[in-house]
Amino acid sequence: MSTTTTPESRSRGKAPAGEKVADWADGRLGIYSLAKANMRKIFPDHWSFMLGEICLYSFIIIILTGVYLTLFFHPSMNEVEYHGSYIPMQGQLMSEAYKSTLDISFDVRGGLLIRQIHHWAALIFLAGMFVHMMRVFFTGAFRKPREINWLFGFLLFVLGMFTGFTGYSLPDDLLSGTGIRFMEGAVLSVPIVGTYLSFFIFGGEFPGDDFIARFFSVHVLLLPGIMLGLVVAHLILVFYHKHTQFAGPGKTNKNVVGMPLLPVYMAKAGGFFFLVFGVLAALSAIATINPIWNIGPYRPDMVSTNAQPDWYMGFSEGLIRVMPGWEINFWGHTLVLGVFIPLLIFPLVLVSIAVYPFIESWVTGDKREHHILDRPRNAPTRTAFGVAWITWYFVLLVGGGNDLWATHFNLSINAITWFVRIGFFVAPVVAFVVTKRICLGLQRRDKEKVLHGRETGIIKRLPHGEFIEVHEPLSQEQLHTLTAHEQYKPLELGPEVDENGVRRKVKMSEKLRAKLSKGYYGGESQIPKPTVEEYKEITSGHGHH
Amino acid sequence: MSSQDIPEENLPAAQDTTAGAVKLADEKNPFADPGLPPHEPRIQDLDERAAKRSERTVALLFTLSMLATVGFIVSFVTIPVDQSVYIFMLGHISALNFALGMTLGVALFAIGAGAVHWARTLMSDHEIADERHPIEASPEVKAKVMDDFRQGAKESVLGRRKLIRNTMFGALALFPLSGVVLLRDLGPLPGTKLRETAWSKGKLLVNMNTNEPLRPSDIIVGSLTFAQPEGLDPHEHGFMTEIAKAALMLVRIQPDDIKDKQSLEWSHEGILAYSKICTHVGCPISLYEQQTHHALCPCHQSTFDLSDGAKVIFGPAGHALPQLRIGVNDEGYLEALGDFDEPVGPAFWERG
Repeated sequence: MSTTTTPESRSRGKAPAGEKVADWADGRLGIYSLAKANMRKIFPDHWSFMLGEICLYSFIIIILTGVYLTLFFHPSMNEVEYHGSYIPMQGQLMSEAYKSTLDISFDVRGGLLIRQIHHWAALIFLAGMFVHMMRVFFTGAFRKPREINWLFGFLLFVLGMFTGFTGYSLPDDLLSGTGIRFMEGAVLSVPIVGTYLSFFIFGGEFPGDDFIARFFSVHVLLLPGIMLGLVVAHLILVFYHKHTQFAGPGKTNKNVVGMPLLPVYMAKAGGFFFLVFGVLAALSAIATINPIWNIGPYRPDMVSTNAQPDWYMGFSEGLIRVMPGWEINFWGHTLVLGVFIPLLIFPLVLVSIAVYPFIESWVTGDKREHHILDRPRNAPTRTAFGVAWITWYFVLLVGGGNDLWATHFNLSINAITWFVRIGFFVAPVVAFVVTKRICLGLQRRDKEKVLHGRETGIIKRLPHGEFIEVHEPLSQEQLHTLTAHEQYKPLELGPEVDENGVRRKVKMSEKLRAKLSKGYYGGESQIPKPTVEEYKEITSGHGHH
Repeated sequence: MSSQDIPEENLPAAQDTTAGAVKLADEKNPFADPGLPPHEPRIQDLDERAAKRSERTVALLFTLSMLATVGFIVSFVTIPVDQSVYIFMLGHISALNFALGMTLGVALFAIGAGAVHWARTLMSDHEIADERHPIEASPEVKAKVMDDFRQGAKESVLGRRKLIRNTMFGALALFPLSGVVLLRDLGPLPGTKLRETAWSKGKLLVNMNTNEPLRPSDIIVGSLTFAQPEGLDPHEHGFMTEIAKAALMLVRIQPDDIKDKQSLEWSHEGILAYSKICTHVGCPISLYEQQTHHALCPCHQSTFDLSDGAKVIFGPAGHALPQLRIGVNDEGYLEALGDFDEPVGPAFWERG
């Protein structure tokens, strides 16, 4: 890197200005030691590693545009009459929050653009986190040592959902107000304390005068503050653990192969920030998002049809729409199961994916570090679980938009609701089974490719008239890549009696673990990868394919 | 995850049979890691003219960005904020928003594209392998830390002076209560507020749109009319909270078609007054099918049969819409004969 000895005697004028500034900073911050470890840090290259970057950049863009919006937005529920430049709303009563959002959209030059970038970036942020999370899940990047970073990421996703929800509620328009009312109804359904919670959240009865101001401080301060901390921690851990990489020639669990941060990733990642920002700006120029001026100010006695939350809240909307309206009345109390059960399933859906890494590590009992990513097909049970979860999520998303499905595809809304009710239980199971079969099929294909080579599509006619397809043997790079993955053996509980004939005590949890392990790694769940002996036997002599 | 007593042989064989990235191909093991493939030069590495072309492309992109930023400033200054423009496929949209967004988009995208092109074509693309080091500390480090901790704990005398320890835990456990107590004034206690609405005996039913009192003749068969109690003024403070409970919908059904007996009794000449607030999670119900007398909540599609006491016939709502008892006063206007006899809107624990 740089010289380790700092010549005290060197005249100050001689060193370049940049170096002098760096020296000054190093004496106070120790930047040279920091740079030594990180300036030429190696990052592996794969398109899917960009997904997390998209989230990071849209998060930064959201903060930048959000700060701008706070300069003009009035988080107040005072009712005022509108006399701004948007003609159709002249003289209408509305809250100051709604009015200032109209002003941002129609009177502040560039205000509409920033508002739209802010909202688009929020959608991209959440979609990005969802896809990034799936990338991490399906490649097994959550395994040791990255379980905590998985949880940080998961928390960011959940907090992002609520930041989005509190954010799109701020303009106090008819659509978002309806969403708040839904939230009130959900809170009211909580047994014993629900009514009190609702009164504390809204400062009294719904809607009251307080919730916009309260949501504002939650949206711009509390949640983003926590998220910023989590993002920083997430990135520190990415640096500390060093990035995962896919198996390939020269890539082992003990190294990381790629290009250095300076200059390649500085340019690529830095440039990618501008690409994301540029696309968001252009998107906001041509695609209107959340046109609150078409929706109108909120009144609790009015509603528009096609009332939909932003997409990331859609699965909770689905839960609430398809749940039967169960209510139990007893001793002067009401248990609102029809709303409360969806309220409980909502976190359950999310937590079920969050705890998966810990379940898998318990089943495998593997305490080693893993830096080589799995191809999804090589972990069929995990992949099947992930696809089942996504299926679950999307079935509920269909339920959340059941009115749109009905109107766009001319279907009966009752039929769609019943489809979702049944699909909620059945679809994940079907998806699990199908995905596992597909994974096993792909494993067989890989094995076939390793042992018999690549199908070239060239048909050869042999002297005696037989037609065969020419198979081209794989290079050693390809052979290594296709056989580098590990295969676990299912856990054995051992004999029921020990050598002295005494019954061994096996805990229930161990039995469950052995069962799960068999399900994960038993004969039904993975195709043994080709061995060197098989390969040699097939490729030696005979000239047979 | 306490009992990790899996015998080693159940784990797969150690995954890194090769010592490093440079292990050479193995005659005996065709699957062995052949090491990093040799670097393949790009056209820019071989041909200076191609490299020059790349350089010009990057410079062009950066220049384009500068021009777009100038365009952004010019648009901001010259285009009036209320001017609309017709753009093919997009229709009539705000000219300023379009111009600012596109120029900003190009200015940013061009910087990004330039940087990425520069990195891909001109910066070194030699792959480098860095070593990873295990994250877990060595046993010596761990032992040192444990010793230090024990030493520190001993010097704190916390273990010996139990009185200090216990009172400290007590103090630390209690003080957050202040924070909890402070939250008390976030809102008043519910009391019976959710049971009461602005309706009471003798209050006239006022048309929501015209703000005029309603006569039975105003409500025709097949129509859906929205009403509020007289005296509610949107300009007054607290209107939102009142209307959130008091909003009413009126329908007229031939008395013979009304199946529910109490419902018929509480109606006037077939005019039925139901709470407009859905009993599911409180959306205002606004869709009415006049042939079937079904009312549908547009939020979650709960469907109520208004001819049968507004019972739920589909969807997630848990109970029927509350009905308001109505009559006609001496001057022939529709009036309420009291408040709702049950809470309107979504159910809650104390509802009973």
